[in-house]
Amino acid sequence: MQRIGVFVCWCGSNIAATVDVKKVAEELKSEPGVVYSADYQYMCSENGQNLIKSAIKDYSLTGIVVCSCSPRMHEATFRKTASEAGINPYMVEIANIREQCSWIHKDMATATQKAIILGRAAVAKVNLNTPLTEGESPVVKRALVIGGGIAGIQTALDIADAGYKVDIVEKKPTIGGKMAQLDKTFPTLDCAACILTPKMVEAAQHENITLYTYSEVEEVKGYVGNFDVKIRKKARYVNENLCTGCGECTSKCPSRKGLNEFNMGLDGRGAIYIPFAQAIPNVPVIDTAQCIKFKTGKCGLCQMNCPSKAVDFSQKDEFIDEKYGAIVVATGFDIITLENYEEYGYSMYKDVVTSLEFERLMNAAGPSKGHLERPSDHKQPKTIVFVQCVGSRDTTGCGKEYCSKICCMYTAKHAMLTREKYPDTEVYVFYIDVRTPGKNFDEFYRRAVEQYGVHYIKGMVGKVYDDGQGHLMVRGSDLLANEQLTIKADMVVLAAATKADESARKLGTMLTASMDTNDFFTEAHPKLRPVESPTAGVFLSGFCQGPKDIPETVAQAGAAAAKVIGLLAKNKLKSNPCVARADSLICSGCSNCEKVCPFGAITYAETDVNDGTVREKRRVAVVNEAVCKGCGACTVACPSGAMDLKGFTNKQIFAEVDAICRQTGE
Amino acid sequence: MTENEEKKLCAEALIISGVKPEKCMKCGKCSGACPSYDEMEYHPHQFVDMVSKGQIKKLMESASIYKCLSCFVCVERCPRNVMPANIIEAVRALQERPQGTDRLTPDEVKNILDDDTPQQLLMAAFRKYSR
Repeated sequence: MQRIGVFVCWCGSNIAATVDVKKVAEELKSEPGVVYSADYQYMCSENGQNLIKSAIKDYSLTGIVVCSCSPRMHEATFRKTASEAGINPYMVEIANIREQCSWIHKDMATATQKAIILGRAAVAKVNLNTPLTEGESPVVKRALVIGGGIAGIQTALDIADAGYKVDIVEKKPTIGGKMAQLDKTFPTLDCAACILTPKMVEAAQHENITLYTYSEVEEVKGYVGNFDVKIRKKARYVNENLCTGCGECTSKCPSRKGLNEFNMGLDGRGAIYIPFAQAIPNVPVIDTAQCIKFKTGKCGLCQMNCPSKAVDFSQKDEFIDEKYGAIVVATGFDIITLENYEEYGYSMYKDVVTSLEFERLMNAAGPSKGHLERPSDHKQPKTIVFVQCVGSRDTTGCGKEYCSKICCMYTAKHAMLTREKYPDTEVYVFYIDVRTPGKNFDEFYRRAVEQYGVHYIKGMVGKVYDDGQGHLMVRGSDLLANEQLTIKADMVVLAAATKADESARKLGTMLTASMDTNDFFTEAHPKLRPVESPTAGVFLSGFCQGPKDIPETVAQAGAAAAKVIGLLAKNKLKSNPCVARADSLICSGCSNCEKVCPFGAITYAETDVNDGTVREKRRVAVVNEAVCKGCGACTVACPSGAMDLKGFTNKQIFAEVDAICRQTGE
Repeated sequence: MTENEEKKLCAEALIISGVKPEKCMKCGKCSGACPSYDEMEYHPHQFVDMVSKGQIKKLMESASIYKCLSCFVCVERCPRNVMPANIIEAVRALQERPQGTDRLTPDEVKNILDDDTPQQLLMAAFRKYSR
């Protein structure tokens, strides 16, 4: 028989205002096994913990029930308290009478009754608890970073600088990500390439960093400290070890129909190409959909002209298997496609462009060599209209419900740079709200208005149409003037909503990392654990967790790196002892549990079974305790009840249900 | 019309139209898209705003309720599903259908038809008339 102590917390007035804590303590005193019961203002405080410790000693308690907040908050605290007082930490049960009781009820009598019932269930469970011991598992001292944009690069550099090996997997042929495509960065207006490329080079040269570009994560197995990852290295058709990056092949390629992805398709490229001048690695890749050799079997000019014999049409995808202790997701973002916003004429008029296209049109390495010209006739635009919130803050299902966060600032940047370089250009910005929280951000926006004379119009554009003479007519409302205006423009720039990268959803499934409805990765706690996924060993860096600008991304990248370093610095990890266990006497080896296990933790073995008078070899289930996450799917699937979850046995759960359903006679 | 009566009418307009003005983020896209904007004294976004503030009298008395083409472009463009055209329709219905009176019979229609009266108005009047 257990000797149980019950400790009811007031949580100041959080619980005590709606639950009669004294009555709860009094009622639970008569439950089977309970030998001590008390209430206290703050059980989690040092005094509260001391109260528990001395009760354990004075009453020789073997188990305790704490009626308090959610076990997510203080279960760890009270387990530690118990273990310091000499009882097994798994002899502690928490009855959640705050989140699941006091906070959601108004009537004191019913809330108190419910708190008593929840406490009773916890007591019933502790009566059947057994001491459990945590296992240990080793940590592989290597990290994987998925995504090679500024987030991934920064995280990798920080981890590598701490002395651990890091691999970056990037699906594109070069690292650099979206930041490499940007012209200038707000609010300082320094050139994006000038501050990014040194970091790219540093990552490439770092002795602890390995780059897998043009590669994707194919499969992830294992658990925190011990992930097994399969990486697909897509065929470039160019041998990276032989190629010197001379660019001879790219200039000789006769195919010119491929769209240059780096310039947002505003100009063309060969079938064999290097994405941009500072690409890392500086090795070309062949686009097989455009390559004449791949399409017709004839050509091969690149191969003939390559001085180092690096072009290899027979190259195949390679697979790399590697073990990692931690995985960082840094998959970044993209912008939405605009087929749901035909009113802005993006698909109809060449001179309606997205902000990312505008970024390339302003860039010295862009399709127009930095001279701002409109795509249709290459003339310099005299009037430009910017439209913000195109698809952001949209609850109709056409766009995204959230604020994309970066558009207000980059639109101010574009407007300012345009007026700086071409002062005779009239610039209009249609806005709903200008959101510029951040260091020197609002000052930046005001500079665009006050120093650069950008016309900000509070209102939205309803329609963009062609006047038949090469102008775009932009009709929108000016809410402050209470009028509808039509602006004759040469170019329209749309601040398209951001979205999580396409690859994120698939990766989230592979990592069993939870995501929100917008495919942004969920953090373990929105305030207190912002760079960790709820899945142990998976960390989040940059836009993949939610919209953020470059400074925030770099800050989060460093934070994620710190968490990874903290994990890799450990030699052993404590593992959760609440895992599944098969009773070999009952197991019939039916394989049901193996089929439902989402972690692949169950295998079968021929085991010697001593069943009373019968001694024989039987095929029974064996659980790999290091891999098992304790989800309990197998215990439900098992037809004979052989599978049980330690700490949450079927018996314990039934005891809890019985306690809840018990008639009290009230 | 007392202030209270006006408030009651506003509440009724919201019920008839099913519009929840608190969803509006005041972006003005409805009025930016409205093809009848210059003809109207009050514009689509103002209908939403004024009804939510209890100011329906001015709207009912304004010719704007007849200048709305019921083209629904404001509904189509609204990023928050506010449906301004529905609220304009509701204001129009409240003006055309004073409580408890039979103002319109089918025989009368041919006498009052003119180029300025939208067909939707007649349809709506008949639909709500029999209540």
